[in-house]
Amino acid sequence: MIEFHQVCKQFDHRKAVDHLTLTIAEGEFTVLIGASGSGKSTTLKMINRLVEHDAGYIRFAGEEIRSFKAEDIRRRMGYAIQSIGLFPHWTVEQNIGAVPQLLKWPRKRIRARVAELLELLHLDPEHFRRRYPHQLSGGQQQRVGVARALAADPEVLLMDEPFGALDPVTRAALQIEIARIHQLSGRTIVLVTHDIDEALRLADRIVLLDHGQIIQQGPPASFLTDPANDLVRDFVGRSDIGIKLLSLEIVAHYLRRGEHLTGQPILDSFNLREALSAFVARRVDALPVVDVHGQALGVLHFADLLSRKPAA
Amino acid sequence: MPDIKRDKPCKLRSSTRRDERTILSAPLLWASVLLLAAIFGMTSLRPLFATWFPQLDRPIYLQDSFWSLTEAHLLIVSASSTVAGLIGVLAGIGVTRNAGREFRSLVETVVAVGQTFPPVAVLAIAAPLIGFGAKPALIALTLYGLLPVLQGTIAGIGSVPPAAREIAEGLGMRAGQILWRIELPLAAPVIVGGIRTSVMINLGTAAIASTVGAKTLGSPIIIGLSGFNTAYVIQGAVIVALLAVVIDLAFEQLTRYLARWRQAPVDPRIGLAVEH
Repeated sequence: MIEFHQVCKQFDHRKAVDHLTLTIAEGEFTVLIGASGSGKSTTLKMINRLVEHDAGYIRFAGEEIRSFKAEDIRRRMGYAIQSIGLFPHWTVEQNIGAVPQLLKWPRKRIRARVAELLELLHLDPEHFRRRYPHQLSGGQQQRVGVARALAADPEVLLMDEPFGALDPVTRAALQIEIARIHQLSGRTIVLVTHDIDEALRLADRIVLLDHGQIIQQGPPASFLTDPANDLVRDFVGRSDIGIKLLSLEIVAHYLRRGEHLTGQPILDSFNLREALSAFVARRVDALPVVDVHGQALGVLHFADLLSRKPAA
Repeated sequence: MPDIKRDKPCKLRSSTRRDERTILSAPLLWASVLLLAAIFGMTSLRPLFATWFPQLDRPIYLQDSFWSLTEAHLLIVSASSTVAGLIGVLAGIGVTRNAGREFRSLVETVVAVGQTFPPVAVLAIAAPLIGFGAKPALIALTLYGLLPVLQGTIAGIGSVPPAAREIAEGLGMRAGQILWRIELPLAAPVIVGGIRTSVMINLGTAAIASTVGAKTLGSPIIIGLSGFNTAYVIQGAVIVALLAVVIDLAFEQLTRYLARWRQAPVDPRIGLAVEH
């Protein structure tokens, strides 16, 4: 879908991106992570040409991005940023409808799309449509920002630390939201963050950048089990690697089906980190597991967490 | 679940609208009535001015009708302010574009230096250079009126949040669309503030322009001053003052209208009602 080949970008003699080669597959959730100044934001902005690359080539859908008009390529990609950037003089409806309006959709279709997106992000359309950004909470504003990025059904969604300015509770809620949207739509998403937990939670593939170069890329688990060097180790946190590993797996894959146990059950969609927390808090070594409908599925044993071998 | 009370925000909004009407519209209406009464009723106040200044043979200014003076005054002000507004806004937009950015500090310096001259001085220099009549007045007023507009435009566009501009570009708006849909509407209250200052200065300076031969509401004031006729001075001054009040109030309302989106009330409960 998006292909970087030997791409370089300099700002005043400082190399922001240095011979970067990267392929982002269609439908993949890619998270670019790194410290500030690592070139992750620059890499993202080169995709929609907010920053023009100096050398190498970037291909989108098989074609060099410079062969498109900048505005056209941007309208095919959703864009959301940390400071949200809602237009303060436009209502929620006008903000979300910005790109469809640029694409000259009929008014009725824009209206329907706005309602659909507000529903998708759990904002009541009737209540929010006519509100101005300053009338919304930070979390609601970022939901509108995400809805705006999705409005014209873009082929790619680009997000530059979209949840960075939100409180932890709101951030977690929006992370669940964006993961759900990715699952529902199978859209290609590129997200920039400096939060390793966010990356581990959301990514199909993490790309860790430093000084404009890729240090390691791969699925989240590979960063924990097989870090490329000390920098990666520092980034994922040496002391709680085990906990993070647990957070990548869900209970459903580890429970022993057919067994029965009484007591307060946990959900099969919990990750093992949450399950561990339940083991410790309740001082037990086995927990009954149910699905969302309350149907008993089996039992999760503490020992199986340590072996980390999925039950048959 | 979204537990939404729809009636409350609506009530809040309509009550603010009503407040605006009573607080704002009324003064403008009354000031306008008072202004028209002064313009058309000044001559009927002859007995008042005759008893106030018994030593004067002619207690009422009768060389021109006050209406014709007001007309001439407004013509000079509107002509100069329109030209100044157009040039000022265009120049302000120009120096805030990428291509014009280099000229910005130069223009800002010229603006700052220009505003240290009192408007009367500009008039005094213009008359010997251009001659007497309405022409030097127009040129002086235009030049002086340019500065606040330019300043307002630069400040207004500068106040547009950088995130809004970045997103506008990132969503695929063209430069012209960003200017018309985002930058100008957001900057409008500040730009109009600059135009307002410019017009107010010109209203006052146009009165002084009658010293260089332009017929304005300043004529009774200047003639009164040179002929020791205080009644003339008062008559001219009252109308100029009322005119200034009316125009200022009108600008006030325009500014409110341009920033009306800011007045939408914040309901403290919505954050709790819908977030989950």
